[in-house]
Amino acid sequence: MSEYYRIALVGNPNTGKSTLFNTLTGLRQHTGNWAGKTVELKEGTFEFKNKSYRMIDLPGSYSLYSNSLDEEVARDYVLFEKPDVTVVVLDATALERNLNLALQVLEISKNVVICLNLIDEAEKRGMKIYEQIFMRKLGVPVVKISARNKTGIPALLDTIDRLIDGVIACNPNTIKYDAETEANINYLETKLIAIFGDRLPTRWLAIRMLDGDQSLIKAIEDNYFGEEVH
Amino acid sequence: MDIKLNQQQIEFKSLIDEATKMRTENFRDRIVENLFKESNQLMKSGVHYSKSKQDQVTEKLDSILTSPIIGFPIMLAMLAIVFYITIAGANVPSGMIAEFFVWVEGYLTMMFQYLHAPGWLHGILVLGLFRGTTWVIAVMLPPMAIFFPTFALLENYGYLPRVAFNLDRLFKSVGAHGKQSLTMAMGFGCNAAAIMSTRIIESPRERMLAILTNNFVPCNGRWGTLIVLASLFMAAGLTGGMKSLVTTGVIVGIVVFGIIVTFVVSWALSKTLLKGVPTHYTLELPPYRKPKIFDTVIRESLTKSIAVLYRAIKVAAPAAILTWVLANITIGDTSILLHVVHFLDPLGQAIGLDGYILMAFIIGLPANEIVLPVLLMGYLSTGALIDVEGISDLKQIFLNHDWTWLTALNMMLFSLLHYPCGTTLLNIYKETKSPKWTFLAFLIPTVIAFFVTFVITYLVRTLHLI
Repeated sequence: MSEYYRIALVGNPNTGKSTLFNTLTGLRQHTGNWAGKTVELKEGTFEFKNKSYRMIDLPGSYSLYSNSLDEEVARDYVLFEKPDVTVVVLDATALERNLNLALQVLEISKNVVICLNLIDEAEKRGMKIYEQIFMRKLGVPVVKISARNKTGIPALLDTIDRLIDGVIACNPNTIKYDAETEANINYLETKLIAIFGDRLPTRWLAIRMLDGDQSLIKAIEDNYFGEEVH
Repeated sequence: MDIKLNQQQIEFKSLIDEATKMRTENFRDRIVENLFKESNQLMKSGVHYSKSKQDQVTEKLDSILTSPIIGFPIMLAMLAIVFYITIAGANVPSGMIAEFFVWVEGYLTMMFQYLHAPGWLHGILVLGLFRGTTWVIAVMLPPMAIFFPTFALLENYGYLPRVAFNLDRLFKSVGAHGKQSLTMAMGFGCNAAAIMSTRIIESPRERMLAILTNNFVPCNGRWGTLIVLASLFMAAGLTGGMKSLVTTGVIVGIVVFGIIVTFVVSWALSKTLLKGVPTHYTLELPPYRKPKIFDTVIRESLTKSIAVLYRAIKVAAPAAILTWVLANITIGDTSILLHVVHFLDPLGQAIGLDGYILMAFIIGLPANEIVLPVLLMGYLSTGALIDVEGISDLKQIFLNHDWTWLTALNMMLFSLLHYPCGTTLLNIYKETKSPKWTFLAFLIPTVIAFFVTFVITYLVRTLHLI
């Protein structure tokens, strides 16, 4: 058993991500510098069922298409640091908009738990959310919580625990594109697997390359071929 | 190992080139579109909305009240209903209050005679101050005590944001910010407060438009003047319900005219001095709420009406004394007041008013509420005092000074369009920190007020309508 498991928290700004972070880690927090980056990230620790966890509160982001430095940091952390579990915190009252980020995270990372935060507020507004349907369609666990009222937290921790133990498996469903795009993706992905093996999410990488995401390409070169260039 | 890495890097680079060649147009758009489609499908299958009953009511009402077709007629109808209730309901209590004050005045006069007080003291205190202010109370209090609560009920129910929503499109089309509709709505209460409320408009250009045109909606201080003059002069030949209806129509017309001037001036400024494109924003419509009727009526009729009256009387008292002094100190063989009035008279006549009215507007710069009291005191301080036995005698005072419906109409228009009150000007300076824009905020309405009343007077006189 490794010393601790790393959990990354991602979510849109103002979704209660930090409230969840504070609820779980309490006073056991510090700001840590992440190797080679100038950005400070909040990090905290907690224990659950004889496991130690280290939780990282990533900057609030609307997407992983690197529109800002904050979004690049969130993307790079999930991509290169490979946390054991990535928890995506969504604002249930603005679920449709928030789902965009969840779908993007699912393309990058396999071990994902989706947290529907502010569920009490959403239900008060007449939203009935069937998390089973989301679970089946997304292929990852979905947990309803209210970080503010501390409801659903045990269920969330239990899900994380069982995910790490391999009791439940994640099978993220990927978005399908038109035939031409899919052919291009497949072609690139085959070649990318030859280069990176399973070190990077190759399907996603292929899509980003087709989109011409320069910031991502640079980040990959820095992370994998960095020493060679100099 | 090194060689292998190097090999991988070269492969990766060539793959990037290949990917670049494969890239199709609007690729990013297609990805994002797919994402949105996916989210949308997930929402459809995984979320069920059970709208609360309140939401359904809100939606139905909004589809009617903010409808592009009937939204505007409903808005005008609402405004008309409020004024009709005000005018029709105020007649009887106005008469009763006036009779009461006449009765009190009788005793006051007897007391002065009993104390052997000098005639000038009786003149300044009873015939000037008391009579002037009590008439204003009699005439202004009942309409205000009806108008403010009725308007507040609409406001508390959540109708005003819908008005803003309706007007939003128009403001955008004249190059102003949609939020100007909100600051304009605020101006119906108090222009000085509305100037502060323009802070909600982020763009300095659009904010300036909102500041410069806010004055064109009548504030609390001017409602009184408008209602009184409209009910006295605008439906002269009619009686009862018909009279109230015509009066209502005139006031609604005045308000609509003010709003039209707002649009025209906004448009003209956004094409000249304040060029630019309107910015976008989100207007959130709050749910309709059933207002606490009793609370609203009591609070509005007591606090607001009393506050406006109190302000009127507070400023009217010194103004009464000033007016009396001006009327009683003579240079040569005429009083200072008459000198001023005679000096202003040609200008006043040209725009269908007279020297007294212009003087009242000048003395009334600190607060619009006192324009009417000052005017009455001016009229009463000269010429023969008549025995006043109620509201209708108020009209007699005006008629004795050659008033016609044109005088009343032009005074209403002048009141609607003229320079902002002192407090508002002060706020404009505080908010803009610019003497130039503050001066323009004074100049633009004043020029428009003179222009409009001049044109109307000219037309009416050439067409021999009076």
